[in-house]
Amino acid sequence: MSKNQTELTNEQQARQARLSVLATAPSNQLKALWHRWTDANGAPDYTLVRAPEIGTVMVRGRAGAVGAPFNLGEITVTRCSVQLANGAVGHGYVQGRDKDTSLAAALIDALALGDQASALDANIIGPLQAEVDGKATVRAEKAAATKVEFFTMVRGEG
Amino acid sequence: MSDAVYQGGFTNPPQEAAHAFRATMQVMARPGTIETIKGGQAPTPVSSAAATLLLTLCDPDTGLFLAPGHDSQAMRDWVNFHTNAPLVSAEEADFALGSWQALQPLSAYKVGVPAYPDRAATLIVEMGSLTASGSKLSGPGIKESGALNLPEVAAFQANRTLFPLGFDCFFTAGDQIAALPRSTRVEEAA
Repeated sequence: MSKNQTELTNEQQARQARLSVLATAPSNQLKALWHRWTDANGAPDYTLVRAPEIGTVMVRGRAGAVGAPFNLGEITVTRCSVQLANGAVGHGYVQGRDKDTSLAAALIDALALGDQASALDANIIGPLQAEVDGKATVRAEKAAATKVEFFTMVRGEG
Repeated sequence: MSDAVYQGGFTNPPQEAAHAFRATMQVMARPGTIETIKGGQAPTPVSSAAATLLLTLCDPDTGLFLAPGHDSQAMRDWVNFHTNAPLVSAEEADFALGSWQALQPLSAYKVGVPAYPDRAATLIVEMGSLTASGSKLSGPGIKESGALNLPEVAAFQANRTLFPLGFDCFFTAGDQIAALPRSTRVEEAA
């Protein structure tokens, strides 16, 4: 993983981060933010390169994030590829079975290749990232609050 | 990547793939018949019939060999985007695409093993045109005799002697497709 990342350009890393947020974001929030964006900026002109289709991917995990990888289970994903009128091609992979969400994710990816990247990051990716981070924090806090410290009293001689 | 890489997939994959698969089965079951398949379009010089065949048959489990002449970066990207089939050498290929000359030597391709004769390669041979004339065909699926303008005869006669092992062939030209399974006996035109 680290080897791959050093080979990617800054643009590729930014795109990777953007797609990662889109893939894991809650579907209804992504669509709500996308609708707000199209209301303000107009819906982009596009053609479907690959119509939204549903499939599964195997999620792998490592015990404690260090052990040997094992198959955790399959999740449903929906993917879609679009091409904008200016030729930019965007790909959207999202969790779940919602085709509209994958289309929105693909359009966001395609638009972000143009000069609207920073506006999209501020209006869509940022809020989604904050949502995901917030959930992770709440979960971590809940877990931390119930943490039990085990320790052993040193048994003295007297 | 150029636009051609992303274009040329099925617009309605379930139906178009089913239609193409039906035609593919038909030509393989009745050697010498010529059918029309459409829906796919790959970067030049790949014919639309061959592109449709790749979309119908290839997936991440089938190794594809692109013979010289058909092995361009655009074609590799197209195969990767539309089918995700791994690109392999001729020795490991489940499918091979190219002109008859470019696909040589035929000894490189898998012919299966006696316990698993299905583990053989299927060659997709690009032709200038397809006509039901020329070499004489007989065998399973052919009522009396059939004919097809095969690129040569000796290679298919040698392949027939390996039966039940051997490779199978599809022939494509434009949007036309024909096939020659390993079971067919081929003779020179009288």
